[in-house]
Amino acid sequence: MFKRTMMALAASAVAIAMTGGIAAAQQTLKIGASAPKTGPLAGGAAVTHWPSLQLWIHDVNARGGLNVGGKKLKVELVEYDDKTNPEEAVKNIQRLITVDKVDFLAAPYSTGINLATAPIIAKSGYPHVATSAATENMAEFAKRWPNSFWILGSSTEYAEGVVQALQTAQKAGLIGKRIAVVNVADAFGLELAAAGKPALKKAGFEIVYEASYPLGAQDLAPVISQAKAAKPDAFVAFSYPGDTFALTEQAQIQDLEVGVFYVGVGAAFPAFAGRFKDAATGIMGIGGINMSSKENLDFRRRLKEVTKVEPDYWGSAVVYSGHQILEQAIERAGTTDRAAVIAAIRKTPAKTVIGEIDLSTNVNSKNWTVGQWQDGAFHGVAAKGFDGAKAPIRKPAWKK
Amino acid sequence: MEILVTGILLGGTYALIALGLTLQYGVARIMNLATGETLVAACFITFWLFASYQVSPLWGLVLVAPAAFAINWAIYMWLLKPLVDRAKNQGMLEVDSILATFGLLFLFQGLMLRGFGGAYFTYTYLAERFEIFGSPYALNRVVAFLAALLIAAALYLFLYRTRSGTAVRAVAVNPNSSNLVGIDVAATAALAFALGGALTACGGTLLSTFYTFNASMGVVFTLKALIIVIMGGVGDVRGATLAALILGITETAVASLIDPGLMLAATYALFMLVLLFRPQGIFGKQPT
Repeated sequence: MFKRTMMALAASAVAIAMTGGIAAAQQTLKIGASAPKTGPLAGGAAVTHWPSLQLWIHDVNARGGLNVGGKKLKVELVEYDDKTNPEEAVKNIQRLITVDKVDFLAAPYSTGINLATAPIIAKSGYPHVATSAATENMAEFAKRWPNSFWILGSSTEYAEGVVQALQTAQKAGLIGKRIAVVNVADAFGLELAAAGKPALKKAGFEIVYEASYPLGAQDLAPVISQAKAAKPDAFVAFSYPGDTFALTEQAQIQDLEVGVFYVGVGAAFPAFAGRFKDAATGIMGIGGINMSSKENLDFRRRLKEVTKVEPDYWGSAVVYSGHQILEQAIERAGTTDRAAVIAAIRKTPAKTVIGEIDLSTNVNSKNWTVGQWQDGAFHGVAAKGFDGAKAPIRKPAWKK
Repeated sequence: MEILVTGILLGGTYALIALGLTLQYGVARIMNLATGETLVAACFITFWLFASYQVSPLWGLVLVAPAAFAINWAIYMWLLKPLVDRAKNQGMLEVDSILATFGLLFLFQGLMLRGFGGAYFTYTYLAERFEIFGSPYALNRVVAFLAALLIAAALYLFLYRTRSGTAVRAVAVNPNSSNLVGIDVAATAALAFALGGALTACGGTLLSTFYTFNASMGVVFTLKALIIVIMGGVGDVRGATLAALILGITETAVASLIDPGLMLAATYALFMLVLLFRPQGIFGKQPT
């Protein structure tokens, strides 16, 4: 169905080009998007990536379009599935640029694919506002590809966020020094564990159990029972969605009672609270949002209204803010000239649903790093650069 | 003790994943690459029944199994039968069926994406503590294990104690000779394929109570099933069950005693050992 639509679209594009009528007076802005609809990351993209993009397209067109140099241009989306495959993503981007001739690109999804596509996006001179890439070397990438902007934090920042949250909890007397740290053996988990363990030791914590497990593993009873045997005060898992759920369920069943229970990607998903209900209270995870921000709450309400998808408490708003950054830069530049838009992104901070984002160095320095489920919402409890972090609470005993 | 019980429970899960494929591959000679998708589809149907109509997954089995049986029967009759008729030898059928079911994989995946989207799904059913020898285990896993046991036993009785079961085994050993002694090979193969599909779907229904799943996850299960089926000896239910248990216990022991990071390494090391020393599988017969 999708393919057929695309083909019809391509055919009509050819027809239009041949008559040569519309080419002179541009009526719409074409936005190209390539991200996973299938493959291992499709699950995350379906919550975090696609709905925010849909909402942005809807919002802009509902306003009558983008104001480009006094002319209102509606936006039109051309989207492809990259099958969670970097090579496929590169091909898609190439196709969007050369065949579909899109005016601007929405960034791909995930660290790996943003990095894989960055060279070709840079070569073609398109602005690249990466909203789902958490990497160590953002400053270096920004230098190498001056068209690229990095909105998410680095792995070190997220790992330090965990230490920050644990320190806050320790100072409040919620936990002692003994920490169990596990991670998924994939780029994300390895980077966070590599950054987190030394930071924990430096902060005076004692790592009493550490282990890694393969990507995709959901039979994690042994991990929890070994962690429990080490009698930790806090449990930290740099995990992916499938294992985030599996670890939490096992901890609940095996009664792993700790003052801080932290899991990685997935804890901020609405499905997490849906699955664990009251037992989610007190659980920490990567991400978090400022639940007292009116803009963010308004964004959440509209996303649900328009796309029927419940936003997560981390990436959804970040992805939307990336589109806002592009939108405001286009309007300020007053042209679709891409070099001018890139300069405009750098020049003026953008007002987004996650707050004001300054990209004068191409790298955003403000991020929520740790959230905690309190009263049915995932409040940010640790952040870099943002105010308004909520005080963490001690994780109550598991409900049986 | 705790390691043993956890391992045996995990083995039950693996048996659920693999039993269907062993029938489909061993008897119907169809290397069904869409087996993981069948399983995930059952997860989705169970989730949908549970979320929309409050049908408990155990009752869901009663609906899912016959439906899967019928659908797999139809798939065999319409899609795979022509391949079987056309194939000049076993090798050709294997190649053709792998290609056909590879296509089926994408069809199923596309349908699930269309129906449910790509997000992760999970729900709570029997996620309670259940104590065995004083250690806590997840009740849903215990239930899945018992169901696996029940299914394996019923399958064993069917295959070794009934007339049509004997026919199924005969076809598994040698389709050509079975024809000679008056067994309707085509009907038996269709029965085995449909039964295999129904078993896989039952596995999916039970697994959905403790796995977080999404539409793109099928291939994980297909791989696991493949390893177990080949380890156990193609077409041998006892072999597949035993292989699943060995795998479950090995993985748990390695994860607990050495390092969870080596879980996959242990699986493949075991697989390699079996291939090296008993290439026909644990219960497989030496080809003559």
